[in-house]
Amino acid sequence: MMTYFKEILVGFWSLLMGMAVTIRYFTKPIVTVQYPREKIQMSPAYRGYPQLIIDPETQTHKCIACEMCSRICPSQLIHVEGTKFPGEKQKRATKYVHEHYYCSLCGLCTEVCPTTALEYSAEYRLAGFKREDAVIDHLILLQERQKAAGLSPTPVPTAEEIAAAAAAEAAAKEAREKEAKAKAAAAKKPAEEVKE
Amino acid sequence: MDLLTHLGIEGVRMIVGLVAVIALVSVNALFLIWMERKVAAHMQLRPGPMEVGPHGAIQTVADAVKLMGKELITPEEVDRPIYYLAPIVVFLPVLLTFLVIPFSQTWIIKDMNVGIVLILAFSTLTVLAILMAGWASNNKYSVFGALRSVAQNIAYEIPLLVTVMSIILMVGSFKLTDIVAAQGRYWFILLQPLAFILYIICATAETNRTPFDLPEAESELVAGFHTEYSGMRFALFFLAEYTNMFIVSAVAAVLFLGGWRGPILPGVVWFLIKVYALIFLIMWFRWTFPRVRFDQLVTFAWKILIPLSFVNLLLTALALKIF
Repeated sequence: MMTYFKEILVGFWSLLMGMAVTIRYFTKPIVTVQYPREKIQMSPAYRGYPQLIIDPETQTHKCIACEMCSRICPSQLIHVEGTKFPGEKQKRATKYVHEHYYCSLCGLCTEVCPTTALEYSAEYRLAGFKREDAVIDHLILLQERQKAAGLSPTPVPTAEEIAAAAAAEAAAKEAREKEAKAKAAAAKKPAEEVKE
Repeated sequence: MDLLTHLGIEGVRMIVGLVAVIALVSVNALFLIWMERKVAAHMQLRPGPMEVGPHGAIQTVADAVKLMGKELITPEEVDRPIYYLAPIVVFLPVLLTFLVIPFSQTWIIKDMNVGIVLILAFSTLTVLAILMAGWASNNKYSVFGALRSVAQNIAYEIPLLVTVMSIILMVGSFKLTDIVAAQGRYWFILLQPLAFILYIICATAETNRTPFDLPEAESELVAGFHTEYSGMRFALFFLAEYTNMFIVSAVAAVLFLGGWRGPILPGVVWFLIKVYALIFLIMWFRWTFPRVRFDQLVTFAWKILIPLSFVNLLLTALALKIF
């Protein structure tokens, strides 16, 4: 008899406790972040698409267009082109495009880069209306990021500049080869003379 | 002019009241569905509908338009007359109970002297409609849902009626206006808290709301007795459930919370506040408790609620005799 009443009272009390929990949750703020109307701050370890690092010393990218990333990408999504501009020691990238729609975020391109020119971005708002929206031109993106950071944007070399640079490089190479040949010929002549 | 004089003031009052009731039922359903989704969402720490209209206010309208555009599929072997009639029979009696509810001191369509009995009688007709829906659907899961619903409704009618009887004993009349008038000094919830608790539990079971929603158990019986109904017919079942919630909360407000009584605001406003507070309570139950198993449900009704309600009735009678 007593257990009957005790059961009722204990059961009723547990119901009230449950309702107290629910009403407490009702008054808490929601945890949903309403994408795309609200922005989220991603952690620094977030792996977004690979992008060019802005070197703090030169305020521009470090890519030397060696095409290692292009060769190692398992889905062949990176397309790099570059030439050596007259007066500079190394090649510079003139086109850096990667097609993000098949990227598996494996990170091989970031790992293999000899100048560590690539990093993972924190961009998660990647929705678009066409497939072409997922093709990222990194030199343009670099300009936008530099402007956002208050740095001066690195100009993207135009076709004429590239052609001129390539021609200048070809001419310089020819000049060097001619000089080398002349030196070799000059070195051979005295040797022949001595022999005779 | 002739027609109006022929109808008389009673007739005009009836027509105006019916139009108002139909408007109220539609607006109420719209509001309640939005409120249910928002309450559910905030209890689960999420925002609920936010897209259509400010904070999802027009979401229900969008859903209603979608339901109206759906094809009314009628399965082959159904019992046609009963299948077509079931949604109507589930909805109309609930609509009729609005006749006797006192929204304010003068706002009542027809103040019958069998007020509360009328409401209880018409609420029981929904059981018949659910049985019709389940049987006519020619689907064994619908029949299971319908039979469970009948057992549940009948089992919980008894403590409901006995609890209401203890209140009627104190007032001495079935008229709802008399019941509200008798709560001048103290609301009856203070005099009979046990009756209030029992009434709310039975009301939740009568409207087939969680934790007693086995008949429409979404995860167990597909959709229970209304599995085979699509489009606007399904919407009618839904509408009937939310209107029934309004009715049982209105009756609770009248019986226990003093109806339209309240200090500064007009009677109607207080009445609606009380009704919607009780509806919030019923929704609060839904998002707190898991569904009861069928044997637990029936045990709870017959072994706990009925004895308690009879004890309450006896104590009330004793107290009335002594004081």
